[in-house]
Amino acid sequence: MCGIVGLYFKNPALESRLGGMLADMLVQMTDRGPDSAGVAVYHDPVADSRVKITLQGPDDVDWEAVRAELDDALDGDWSLTPLANHAVLVADVADQTGAMSLAARVDDLLPSIRLTSIGSAIEIYKEKGLPAKVIDKFRLRELTGTHALGHTRMATESAVTTEHSHPFSTGRDLCLVHNGSLSNHNRLREDLRREGIRFQTDNDSEVAAGYLTWRLGQGASLKEALEAAIRDLDGFYTFAIGTRDGFAVLRDPIACKPAVLAETDDWVAMSSEYRAIAQLPGSENARIWEPEPATIYSWEKH
Amino acid sequence: MREFDLGEGGVRPLNAFLHQAESAGQAVAARHPGGRHNVAAGAMYDSAVDIHGHVGYYCAGMNQDAAITIHGNAGPGLAENMMSGSVRVKGNASQYCGATAHGGLLVIEGNAAARCGISMKGVDIVVGGSIGHMSAFMAQSGALVVCGDAGDSLGDSIYEARLYVHGKVSSLGADCIEKELRDEHLAELAGLLEQAGLSHDPASFRRYGSARQLYNFKIDNVGAY
Repeated sequence: MCGIVGLYFKNPALESRLGGMLADMLVQMTDRGPDSAGVAVYHDPVADSRVKITLQGPDDVDWEAVRAELDDALDGDWSLTPLANHAVLVADVADQTGAMSLAARVDDLLPSIRLTSIGSAIEIYKEKGLPAKVIDKFRLRELTGTHALGHTRMATESAVTTEHSHPFSTGRDLCLVHNGSLSNHNRLREDLRREGIRFQTDNDSEVAAGYLTWRLGQGASLKEALEAAIRDLDGFYTFAIGTRDGFAVLRDPIACKPAVLAETDDWVAMSSEYRAIAQLPGSENARIWEPEPATIYSWEKH
Repeated sequence: MREFDLGEGGVRPLNAFLHQAESAGQAVAARHPGGRHNVAAGAMYDSAVDIHGHVGYYCAGMNQDAAITIHGNAGPGLAENMMSGSVRVKGNASQYCGATAHGGLLVIEGNAAARCGISMKGVDIVVGGSIGHMSAFMAQSGALVVCGDAGDSLGDSIYEARLYVHGKVSSLGADCIEKELRDEHLAELAGLLEQAGLSHDPASFRRYGSARQLYNFKIDNVGAY
């Protein structure tokens, strides 16, 4: 079992409240996932000539030492903003290829540091422990932004570590949270590795994120990638998927993992259970429904 | 009238009250359920409970004699293993509502999701809207009335329950077939629709039930084992 939540604002006036609203939802999902918690938040998009990378270090990480190493390796203008054992690196790049090669360079340069997201707006904060603890540690209530996903984990398929916690990102501004269990993830991981997708763990959900990255890299739209996922992923899942401009929800055809969607004029929210949505202002008058099996729901800014 | 604020005191004071003989004949209002689990579970006496808002998992489970109305939506496992009494949802119900229920009446005014009435054992279920896939799976007795459409594999491996559907059936499950709507079925259907407060014409429904081909082991299949 796990708990997942997603929040997407239609009304920009709410953007300053994203962290608080998401944290309230996440705490309600503690019973569904007390092992670890994480969020992906989309905010402060950087210019096209820059890249934003979330770094995750060990608890005793020395960000000044990291800064010194980066200083030797990076050209142009860059900044590093630490928050506990996470930090957000923003750097100049020539283009998208430059962004990926810079990420690969940073990855090689800092063996004790993991890159958990790459893109222009996405930042990921996640760690082992109760959701309330993770919310405090990363001051998640202070976060602002356009949309966010969250996850509380009760592990069934792989170890309880920070590395195995959600959200998983394997592509630019893309991330995924998952409630369920995939049964063909080992085979699929090997297939995707041959296609050049990198994985950091043996987690089944990371394979789903990698699968979408691969499909999108082949030129598929998010909808096409998710339609293909229904065919190629075997197992149980409710997914919430975040992209730079929106988010999507998908349940497997058997649909034994719960999901609730709610929409008002101001926001769209999804969760494993209504009690997370009940925390949101205006929820009492929201349109509420259960997403149909094997049906893609998505919202995007145009 | 007894009132319980679930937002303030949680679910247990309400449930403890419904487990006691003093709840018999009482009107009870529960406010601010906020999607909590197990609201009004295990009621044992003929109280009349109104829940104002949406509830989470396993609302009204194991109900005995109480008349429970949810003025909102219900999460998974509504009225699971109900024994008697009645449960009514003004909105929609999530998956496996009425699972294994032995008796009483369950009314969903909106839609019910997948696995509605799975393994039902005598309960009557009336759904004003549509139901999801694998509903009435291994249903053993009772009646399921659907005023909208039914999803895939309706009545898979059904024993003896009676299924009445007004709209389309996406597909029938193994050993579930359409059956003749005889006078006794029209009478039963009319009675259930009336109890549910719905005005559909009983003659506009179709009946489905067991072909009884899975009841006994067939010696011709011995090679398959």
